[in-house]
Amino acid sequence: MNFRIDLIIEYMPYFLRGTAYTIGISLLGILFGLILGLFIGLGKMIKNRFLSFPFTAYITFFRGTPLMLQILIIHFGVVRALLGETNGVFAGIMALSLNSAAYVAEIFRAGIQSLDKGQMEAARSLGMNYYQAMRHVILPQAFKRMIPPLGNEFIILLKDSAQISIIAVPELTYWARVFQGRFYKVWEPYLTAALIYLFLTVVLTFLLDRLEKRLKQE
Amino acid sequence: MIRVEHLKKSFGNNEVLKDISVTIDRREVVVVIGPSGSGKSTFLRCLNRLEEVTSGHIYIDNVDITDPKVNINKIRAEVGMVFQHFNLFPHKTVLENIILSPIIVKKVPRKIAIEKAYDLLQKVGLKEKADDYPASLSGGQQQRVAIARALAMEPKVMLFDEPTSALDPEMVGEVLEVMKRLAKEGMTMVVVTHEMGFAREVGDRVLFMDQGFIIEENTPKELFENPQQERTKSFLSRIL
Repeated sequence: MNFRIDLIIEYMPYFLRGTAYTIGISLLGILFGLILGLFIGLGKMIKNRFLSFPFTAYITFFRGTPLMLQILIIHFGVVRALLGETNGVFAGIMALSLNSAAYVAEIFRAGIQSLDKGQMEAARSLGMNYYQAMRHVILPQAFKRMIPPLGNEFIILLKDSAQISIIAVPELTYWARVFQGRFYKVWEPYLTAALIYLFLTVVLTFLLDRLEKRLKQE
Repeated sequence: MIRVEHLKKSFGNNEVLKDISVTIDRREVVVVIGPSGSGKSTFLRCLNRLEEVTSGHIYIDNVDITDPKVNINKIRAEVGMVFQHFNLFPHKTVLENIILSPIIVKKVPRKIAIEKAYDLLQKVGLKEKADDYPASLSGGQQQRVAIARALAMEPKVMLFDEPTSALDPEMVGEVLEVMKRLAKEGMTMVVVTHEMGFAREVGDRVLFMDQGFIIEENTPKELFENPQQERTKSFLSRIL
Protein backbone atom coordinates (compact mmCIF):
# COMPACT_ATOMS: atom_id res chain seq x y z
CA MET A 1 0.00 0.00 0.00
CA ASN A 2 1.26 3.39 -0.96
CA PHE A 3 0.26 5.79 1.84
CA ARG A 4 0.70 9.38 0.59
CA ILE A 5 1.46 11.57 3.58
CA ASP A 6 2.49 14.34 1.22
CA LEU A 7 -1.06 14.51 -0.14
CA ILE A 8 -2.42 14.87 3.40
CA ILE A 9 0.00 17.71 4.07
CA GLU A 10 -0.87 19.39 0.82
CA TYR A 11 -4.52 19.09 1.62
CA MET A 12 -4.19 20.17 5.25
CA PRO A 13 -5.66 23.70 4.78
CA TYR A 14 -8.93 22.12 3.65
CA PHE A 15 -8.97 19.72 6.57
CA LEU A 16 -8.38 22.61 8.94
CA ARG A 17 -11.05 24.76 7.37
CA GLY A 18 -13.45 21.83 7.59
CA THR A 19 -12.50 21.34 11.24
CA ALA A 20 -13.28 24.99 11.94
CA TYR A 21 -16.71 24.51 10.36
CA THR A 22 -17.28 21.33 12.38
CA ILE A 23 -16.40 23.08 15.63
CA GLY A 24 -18.43 26.20 14.86
CA ILE A 25 -21.50 24.31 13.72
CA SER A 26 -21.33 21.97 16.71
CA LEU A 27 -21.03 24.88 19.15
CA LEU A 28 -23.99 26.69 17.62
CA GLY A 29 -25.93 23.42 17.48
CA ILE A 30 -25.45 22.67 21.16
CA LEU A 31 -26.09 26.31 22.12
CA PHE A 32 -29.46 26.49 20.37
CA GLY A 33 -30.15 22.92 21.41
CA LEU A 34 -29.65 23.89 25.07
CA ILE A 35 -31.93 26.92 24.92
CA LEU A 36 -34.65 25.15 22.99
CA GLY A 37 -34.21 21.97 25.03
CA LEU A 38 -34.70 23.75 28.36
CA PHE A 39 -37.90 25.27 27.02
CA ILE A 40 -39.18 21.95 25.66
CA GLY A 41 -38.18 20.08 28.80
CA LEU A 42 -40.13 22.51 30.97
CA GLY A 43 -43.03 22.25 28.52
CA LYS A 44 -43.09 18.50 28.83
CA MET A 45 -43.30 18.79 32.62
CA ILE A 46 -46.56 20.78 32.49
CA LYS A 47 -49.10 18.72 34.39
CA ASN A 48 -51.93 19.48 31.96
CA ARG A 49 -51.65 16.76 29.28
CA PHE A 50 -53.27 18.91 26.67
CA LEU A 51 -50.63 21.64 27.05
CA SER A 52 -47.67 19.28 27.35
CA PHE A 53 -48.66 17.22 24.30
CA PRO A 54 -46.88 19.37 21.65
CA PHE A 55 -43.64 19.10 23.59
CA THR A 56 -43.97 15.36 24.03
CA ALA A 57 -44.76 15.02 20.32
CA TYR A 58 -41.68 17.05 19.42
CA ILE A 59 -39.41 14.85 21.50
CA THR A 60 -40.99 11.68 20.14
CA PHE A 61 -40.53 12.82 16.55
CA PHE A 62 -36.92 13.94 16.80
CA ARG A 63 -35.82 10.97 18.85
CA GLY A 64 -37.81 8.49 16.79
CA THR A 65 -36.64 9.34 13.27
CA PRO A 66 -33.14 9.15 11.73
CA LEU A 67 -31.08 12.32 11.96
CA MET A 68 -30.08 11.87 8.31
CA LEU A 69 -33.71 12.08 7.28
CA GLN A 70 -34.27 15.14 9.47
CA ILE A 71 -31.30 16.82 7.76
CA LEU A 72 -32.74 16.11 4.30
CA ILE A 73 -36.23 17.28 5.25
CA ILE A 74 -34.93 20.48 6.80
CA HIS A 75 -32.48 21.19 4.00
CA PHE A 76 -34.70 20.56 1.00
CA GLY A 77 -38.05 21.25 2.63
CA VAL A 78 -38.07 23.54 5.62
CA VAL A 79 -35.21 25.89 4.76
CA ARG A 80 -36.29 26.26 1.16
CA ALA A 81 -39.80 27.09 2.33
CA LEU A 82 -38.43 29.62 4.81
CA LEU A 83 -35.70 31.30 2.78
CA GLY A 84 -36.80 30.58 -0.77
CA GLU A 85 -33.49 28.83 -1.46
CA THR A 86 -31.39 26.13 0.12
CA ASN A 87 -28.63 27.01 2.53
CA GLY A 88 -26.58 24.06 3.75
CA VAL A 89 -24.90 25.69 6.73
CA PHE A 90 -28.17 27.13 7.98
CA ALA A 91 -29.99 23.84 7.48
CA GLY A 92 -27.18 21.89 9.13
CA ILE A 93 -27.17 24.04 12.25
CA MET A 94 -30.94 23.96 12.36
CA ALA A 95 -31.15 20.18 12.04
CA LEU A 96 -28.51 19.58 14.69
CA SER A 97 -30.11 22.11 17.07
CA LEU A 98 -33.62 20.73 16.68
CA ASN A 99 -32.39 17.17 17.04
CA SER A 100 -30.23 17.77 20.10
CA ALA A 101 -32.98 19.88 21.71
CA ALA A 102 -35.10 16.73 21.98
CA TYR A 103 -32.36 14.89 23.86
CA VAL A 104 -31.44 17.95 25.95
CA ALA A 105 -35.11 18.32 26.91
CA GLU A 106 -35.10 14.83 28.36
CA ILE A 107 -31.82 15.54 30.18
CA PHE A 108 -33.31 18.68 31.72
CA ARG A 109 -36.47 16.89 32.73
CA ALA A 110 -34.57 13.99 34.27
CA GLY A 111 -32.22 16.39 36.07
CA ILE A 112 -35.07 18.34 37.59
CA GLN A 113 -37.19 15.32 38.46
CA SER A 114 -34.25 13.45 40.00
CA LEU A 115 -34.16 16.03 42.78
CA ASP A 116 -35.92 15.13 45.99
CA LYS A 117 -39.36 16.72 45.93
CA GLY A 118 -38.68 17.92 49.46
CA GLN A 119 -36.47 20.61 47.92
CA MET A 120 -39.39 22.20 46.10
CA GLU A 121 -41.61 21.78 49.15
CA ALA A 122 -39.06 23.41 51.45
CA ALA A 123 -38.66 26.35 49.07
CA ARG A 124 -42.41 26.79 48.70
CA SER A 125 -42.97 26.45 52.45
CA LEU A 126 -40.62 29.42 52.90
CA GLY A 127 -42.91 31.55 50.78
CA MET A 128 -41.06 31.37 47.45
CA ASN A 129 -43.24 31.23 44.37
CA TYR A 130 -42.69 28.54 41.73
CA TYR A 131 -40.24 30.61 39.67
CA GLN A 132 -38.19 31.75 42.66
CA ALA A 133 -37.96 28.15 43.85
CA MET A 134 -36.91 27.00 40.37
CA ARG A 135 -34.39 29.77 39.96
CA HIS A 136 -32.71 29.62 43.39
CA VAL A 137 -33.20 26.06 44.57
CA ILE A 138 -34.09 23.56 41.85
CA LEU A 139 -32.19 24.63 38.72
CA PRO A 140 -28.78 25.25 40.34
CA GLN A 141 -28.85 21.71 41.73
CA ALA A 142 -30.30 20.20 38.58
CA PHE A 143 -27.68 21.85 36.34
CA LYS A 144 -24.91 20.21 38.29
CA ARG A 145 -26.45 16.80 37.69
CA MET A 146 -27.00 17.61 34.03
CA ILE A 147 -23.37 18.40 33.23
CA PRO A 148 -22.25 14.81 32.54
CA PRO A 149 -25.19 13.87 30.28
CA LEU A 150 -25.06 17.26 28.54
CA GLY A 151 -21.36 16.70 27.90
CA ASN A 152 -22.20 13.35 26.36
CA GLU A 153 -24.82 15.00 24.20
CA PHE A 154 -22.29 17.55 23.00
CA ILE A 155 -19.84 14.81 22.01
CA ILE A 156 -22.58 12.92 20.18
CA LEU A 157 -23.61 16.10 18.37
CA LEU A 158 -20.01 16.76 17.33
CA LYS A 159 -19.80 13.32 15.75
CA ASP A 160 -23.30 13.52 14.27
CA SER A 161 -22.34 16.75 12.54
CA ALA A 162 -20.48 14.56 10.01
CA GLN A 163 -23.88 13.65 8.59
CA ILE A 164 -24.49 17.15 7.29
CA SER A 165 -21.73 16.53 4.73
CA ILE A 166 -24.53 14.96 2.68
CA ILE A 167 -26.03 18.42 2.07
CA ALA A 168 -22.60 19.76 1.05
CA VAL A 169 -21.81 21.74 4.18
CA PRO A 170 -18.03 22.24 3.91
CA GLU A 171 -17.16 20.61 7.23
CA LEU A 172 -14.54 18.01 8.00
CA THR A 173 -16.22 14.91 6.57
CA TYR A 174 -17.22 16.81 3.44
CA TRP A 175 -13.59 17.68 2.69
CA ALA A 176 -12.53 14.10 3.32
CA ARG A 177 -15.03 12.96 0.71
CA VAL A 178 -13.81 15.59 -1.73
CA PHE A 179 -10.26 14.39 -1.15
CA GLN A 180 -11.30 10.84 -2.01
CA GLY A 181 -12.96 11.99 -5.20
CA ARG A 182 -10.02 14.06 -6.27
CA PHE A 183 -7.10 11.72 -5.55
CA TYR A 184 -8.86 8.33 -5.60
CA LYS A 185 -7.46 7.70 -2.13
CA VAL A 186 -9.44 6.21 0.76
CA TRP A 187 -7.18 5.68 3.74
CA GLU A 188 -5.52 9.09 3.70
CA PRO A 189 -8.59 11.36 3.92
CA TYR A 190 -10.77 9.19 6.11
CA LEU A 191 -8.09 8.25 8.62
CA THR A 192 -7.02 11.89 8.88
CA ALA A 193 -10.59 13.02 9.44
CA ALA A 194 -11.11 10.25 11.99
CA LEU A 195 -7.99 11.32 13.87
CA ILE A 196 -9.15 14.94 13.94
CA TYR A 197 -12.59 13.94 15.26
CA LEU A 198 -10.88 11.75 17.84
CA PHE A 199 -8.66 14.63 18.89
CA LEU A 200 -11.70 16.91 19.30
CA THR A 201 -13.70 14.42 21.34
CA VAL A 202 -10.74 13.53 23.56
CA VAL A 203 -10.06 17.20 24.30
CA LEU A 204 -13.75 17.78 24.96
CA THR A 205 -13.95 14.78 27.29
CA PHE A 206 -10.93 16.07 29.17
CA LEU A 207 -12.46 19.54 29.59
CA LEU A 208 -15.79 18.12 30.71
CA ASP A 209 -14.11 15.87 33.26
CA ARG A 210 -12.33 18.84 34.72
CA LEU A 211 -15.50 20.89 34.87
CA GLU A 212 -17.30 18.01 36.57
CA LYS A 213 -14.55 17.65 39.18
CA ARG A 214 -14.53 21.34 39.89
CA LEU A 215 -18.28 21.43 40.39
CA LYS A 216 -18.05 18.44 42.69
CA GLN A 217 -15.62 20.27 44.94
CA GLU A 218 -17.94 23.21 45.43
CA MET B 1 -55.46 31.79 65.27
CA ILE B 2 -55.93 28.61 63.21
CA ARG B 3 -59.45 27.35 62.67
CA VAL B 4 -60.03 24.19 60.70
CA GLU B 5 -63.59 23.42 59.64
CA HIS B 6 -64.71 20.08 58.21
CA LEU B 7 -61.44 19.49 56.44
CA LYS B 8 -61.44 16.56 54.02
CA LYS B 9 -58.61 15.36 51.86
CA SER B 10 -58.54 12.50 49.37
CA PHE B 11 -55.78 11.12 47.20
CA GLY B 12 -57.77 9.62 44.34
CA ASN B 13 -60.22 7.25 45.99
CA ASN B 14 -58.25 7.13 49.20
CA GLU B 15 -59.83 9.43 51.75
CA VAL B 16 -57.04 10.35 54.14
CA LEU B 17 -58.74 13.09 56.16
CA LYS B 18 -62.41 12.45 56.72
CA ASP B 19 -63.74 15.34 58.75
CA ILE B 20 -61.32 17.40 60.78
CA SER B 21 -62.42 20.41 62.80
CA VAL B 22 -60.13 21.97 65.34
CA THR B 23 -59.12 25.37 66.65
CA ILE B 24 -55.60 26.30 67.64
CA ASP B 25 -55.00 29.40 69.74
CA ARG B 26 -52.12 31.82 69.62
CA ARG B 27 -49.12 30.67 71.69
CA GLU B 28 -50.57 27.22 71.97
CA VAL B 29 -48.44 24.10 71.42
CA VAL B 30 -50.54 21.33 69.89
CA VAL B 31 -49.05 17.89 69.52
CA VAL B 32 -50.59 15.49 67.01
CA ILE B 33 -50.08 11.79 67.62
CA GLY B 34 -51.47 8.66 66.03
CA PRO B 35 -50.51 5.49 64.15
CA SER B 36 -48.82 5.79 60.77
CA GLY B 37 -51.34 6.31 58.01
CA SER B 38 -53.69 8.08 60.36
CA GLY B 39 -53.46 11.29 58.31
CA LYS B 40 -51.52 13.42 60.77
CA SER B 41 -48.80 14.48 58.32
CA THR B 42 -51.38 15.18 55.63
CA PHE B 43 -53.30 17.30 58.12
CA LEU B 44 -50.18 19.31 58.89
CA ARG B 45 -49.34 19.75 55.19
CA CYS B 46 -52.84 21.06 54.52
CA LEU B 47 -52.20 23.86 57.01
CA ASN B 48 -49.80 25.57 54.59
CA ARG B 49 -51.42 24.09 51.50
CA LEU B 50 -48.54 21.85 50.54
CA GLU B 51 -51.54 19.59 50.02
CA GLU B 52 -54.62 21.07 48.39
CA VAL B 53 -57.67 20.30 50.50
CA THR B 54 -60.55 18.41 48.92
CA SER B 55 -63.21 20.24 50.92
CA GLY B 56 -63.60 22.27 54.10
CA HIS B 57 -61.94 25.47 55.22
CA ILE B 58 -58.80 26.49 57.05
CA TYR B 59 -58.60 29.98 58.51
CA ILE B 60 -55.33 31.47 59.67
CA ASP B 61 -55.92 34.81 61.37
CA ASN B 62 -59.35 34.81 59.77
CA VAL B 63 -57.99 34.43 56.23
CA ASP B 64 -59.39 31.39 54.46
CA ILE B 65 -56.26 29.82 52.97
CA THR B 66 -58.30 27.28 51.01
CA ASP B 67 -59.66 30.14 48.91
CA PRO B 68 -58.02 29.77 45.47
CA LYS B 69 -57.76 33.56 45.22
CA VAL B 70 -55.65 33.92 48.34
CA ASN B 71 -51.94 34.67 47.85
CA ILE B 72 -50.59 31.38 49.09
CA ASN B 73 -46.96 32.54 49.00
CA LYS B 74 -47.76 35.29 51.46
CA ILE B 75 -49.51 32.79 53.77
CA ARG B 76 -46.62 30.35 53.56
CA ALA B 77 -44.14 33.08 54.43
CA GLU B 78 -45.96 33.38 57.74
CA VAL B 79 -46.26 29.66 58.42
CA GLY B 80 -42.91 28.02 59.09
CA MET B 81 -42.46 24.34 58.38
CA VAL B 82 -39.87 21.84 59.55
CA PHE B 83 -39.68 18.54 57.70
CA GLN B 84 -38.78 15.03 58.73
CA HIS B 85 -35.85 14.97 56.31
CA PHE B 86 -34.73 18.58 56.96
CA ASN B 87 -34.77 19.48 53.23
CA LEU B 88 -31.91 21.94 53.54
CA PHE B 89 -30.61 23.27 50.24
CA PRO B 90 -27.41 21.24 49.72
CA HIS B 91 -25.85 23.69 47.25
CA LYS B 92 -25.93 26.53 49.77
CA THR B 93 -24.08 27.08 53.02
CA VAL B 94 -25.88 27.12 56.33
CA LEU B 95 -25.96 30.91 56.30
CA GLU B 96 -27.19 31.08 52.69
CA ASN B 97 -29.92 28.57 53.51
CA ILE B 98 -31.20 30.89 56.20
CA ILE B 99 -30.98 34.23 54.39
CA LEU B 100 -32.22 33.08 50.96
CA SER B 101 -35.92 33.38 51.54
CA PRO B 102 -35.91 36.58 53.65
CA ILE B 103 -33.91 38.28 50.89
CA ILE B 104 -35.85 37.13 47.84
CA VAL B 105 -39.34 36.86 49.32
CA LYS B 106 -39.43 39.57 51.98
CA LYS B 107 -36.82 41.81 50.32
CA VAL B 108 -34.89 42.13 53.56
CA PRO B 109 -31.54 43.90 52.92
CA ARG B 110 -28.75 41.33 52.80
CA LYS B 111 -26.82 42.82 55.69
CA ILE B 112 -29.81 42.75 58.01
CA ALA B 113 -30.72 39.23 56.93
CA ILE B 114 -27.19 38.07 57.77
CA GLU B 115 -27.26 39.68 61.22
CA LYS B 116 -30.59 38.06 61.92
CA ALA B 117 -29.31 34.70 60.66
CA TYR B 118 -26.36 34.80 63.07
CA ASP B 119 -28.75 35.55 65.94
CA LEU B 120 -30.84 32.55 64.97
CA LEU B 121 -27.78 30.33 64.60
CA GLN B 122 -26.70 31.41 68.05
CA LYS B 123 -30.11 30.46 69.32
CA VAL B 124 -29.86 26.93 67.91
CA GLY B 125 -26.24 26.70 68.99
CA LEU B 126 -24.64 26.51 65.56
CA LYS B 127 -23.06 29.91 65.01
CA GLU B 128 -19.69 28.38 64.15
CA LYS B 129 -21.26 26.33 61.34
CA ALA B 130 -22.49 29.34 59.35
CA ASP B 131 -20.14 28.80 56.42
CA ASP B 132 -20.36 25.01 56.29
CA TYR B 133 -22.43 23.07 53.79
CA PRO B 134 -25.34 20.99 55.10
CA ALA B 135 -23.69 17.73 54.05
CA SER B 136 -20.92 18.24 56.61
CA LEU B 137 -23.41 18.55 59.50
CA SER B 138 -24.94 15.77 61.59
CA GLY B 139 -28.66 15.10 61.29
CA GLY B 140 -29.41 16.90 64.52
CA GLN B 141 -27.43 19.93 63.43
CA GLN B 142 -29.16 19.96 60.04
CA GLN B 143 -32.56 19.91 61.69
CA ARG B 144 -31.58 22.80 63.96
CA VAL B 145 -30.49 24.78 60.89
CA ALA B 146 -33.82 23.93 59.27
CA ILE B 147 -35.60 25.34 62.31
CA ALA B 148 -33.48 28.51 62.13
CA ARG B 149 -34.25 28.79 58.42
CA ALA B 150 -37.98 28.63 59.07
CA LEU B 151 -37.71 31.14 61.92
CA ALA B 152 -35.84 33.60 59.70
CA MET B 153 -39.14 34.36 57.97
CA GLU B 154 -40.57 35.41 61.36
CA PRO B 155 -43.56 33.10 61.07
CA LYS B 156 -46.67 33.38 63.18
CA VAL B 157 -46.90 29.64 63.55
CA MET B 158 -44.48 26.76 63.17
CA LEU B 159 -45.43 23.34 61.84
CA PHE B 160 -43.20 20.37 62.66
CA ASP B 161 -43.64 17.19 60.62
CA GLU B 162 -41.99 14.40 62.63
CA PRO B 163 -38.88 16.51 63.13
CA THR B 164 -36.94 13.86 65.03
CA SER B 165 -38.04 10.68 63.23
CA ALA B 166 -35.09 10.61 60.86
CA LEU B 167 -32.50 11.25 63.56
CA ASP B 168 -30.16 8.92 65.38
CA PRO B 169 -31.38 8.55 68.98
CA GLU B 170 -28.53 10.54 70.49
CA MET B 171 -29.46 13.59 68.37
CA VAL B 172 -33.13 13.70 69.20
CA GLY B 173 -32.51 15.58 72.45
CA GLU B 174 -30.75 18.58 70.93
CA VAL B 175 -33.60 19.18 68.46
CA LEU B 176 -36.31 18.79 71.09
CA GLU B 177 -34.38 21.19 73.31
CA VAL B 178 -34.56 23.90 70.62
CA MET B 179 -38.27 23.23 70.15
CA LYS B 180 -38.90 23.46 73.89
CA ARG B 181 -37.20 26.83 74.05
CA LEU B 182 -39.28 28.01 71.11
CA ALA B 183 -42.45 26.91 72.87
CA LYS B 184 -41.42 28.76 76.03
CA GLU B 185 -40.92 31.92 74.02
CA GLY B 186 -44.55 31.72 73.05
CA MET B 187 -44.40 30.42 69.48
CA THR B 188 -47.59 28.86 68.23
CA MET B 189 -46.65 25.31 67.26
CA VAL B 190 -48.29 22.27 65.69
CA VAL B 191 -46.08 19.24 66.13
CA VAL B 192 -46.56 15.80 64.61
CA THR B 193 -44.33 13.49 66.60
CA HIS B 194 -43.81 10.14 68.24
CA GLU B 195 -41.94 11.74 71.14
CA MET B 196 -44.44 11.26 73.95
CA GLY B 197 -42.06 12.78 76.48
CA PHE B 198 -42.05 16.01 74.47
CA ALA B 199 -45.83 15.94 74.13
CA ARG B 200 -46.21 15.52 77.87
CA GLU B 201 -43.70 18.18 78.83
CA VAL B 202 -44.31 20.90 76.24
CA GLY B 203 -47.73 20.27 74.72
CA ASP B 204 -50.71 22.33 75.81
CA ARG B 205 -52.99 19.93 74.04
CA VAL B 206 -52.67 16.56 72.35
CA LEU B 207 -54.74 15.46 69.36
CA PHE B 208 -54.98 11.73 68.78
CA MET B 209 -55.72 10.92 65.14
CA ASP B 210 -56.67 7.62 63.58
CA GLN B 211 -58.02 6.74 60.13
CA GLY B 212 -58.59 10.33 59.13
CA PHE B 213 -60.44 11.48 62.23
CA ILE B 214 -59.45 13.27 65.42
CA ILE B 215 -60.51 10.56 67.85
CA GLU B 216 -59.71 12.39 71.03
CA GLU B 217 -58.16 15.65 72.21
CA ASN B 218 -57.21 16.71 75.66
CA THR B 219 -54.38 18.04 77.79
CA PRO B 220 -51.38 15.71 77.68
CA LYS B 221 -51.86 14.67 81.29
CA GLU B 222 -55.51 13.72 80.79
CA LEU B 223 -54.99 12.07 77.43
CA PHE B 224 -52.06 9.93 78.50
CA GLU B 225 -53.32 9.03 81.97
CA ASN B 226 -57.01 8.83 81.39
CA PRO B 227 -57.81 8.17 77.71
CA GLN B 228 -61.53 7.95 77.00
CA GLN B 229 -61.62 6.18 73.65
CA GLU B 230 -60.80 2.52 73.03
CA ARG B 231 -58.58 3.33 70.07
CA THR B 232 -56.60 5.87 72.08
CA LYS B 233 -56.11 3.32 74.84
CA SER B 234 -54.92 0.60 72.49
CA PHE B 235 -52.56 3.02 70.68
CA LEU B 236 -51.08 4.31 73.93
CA SER B 237 -50.68 0.81 75.35
CA ARG B 238 -48.66 -0.14 72.27
CA ILE B 239 -46.24 2.77 72.42
CA LEU B 240 -45.86 3.72 76.09
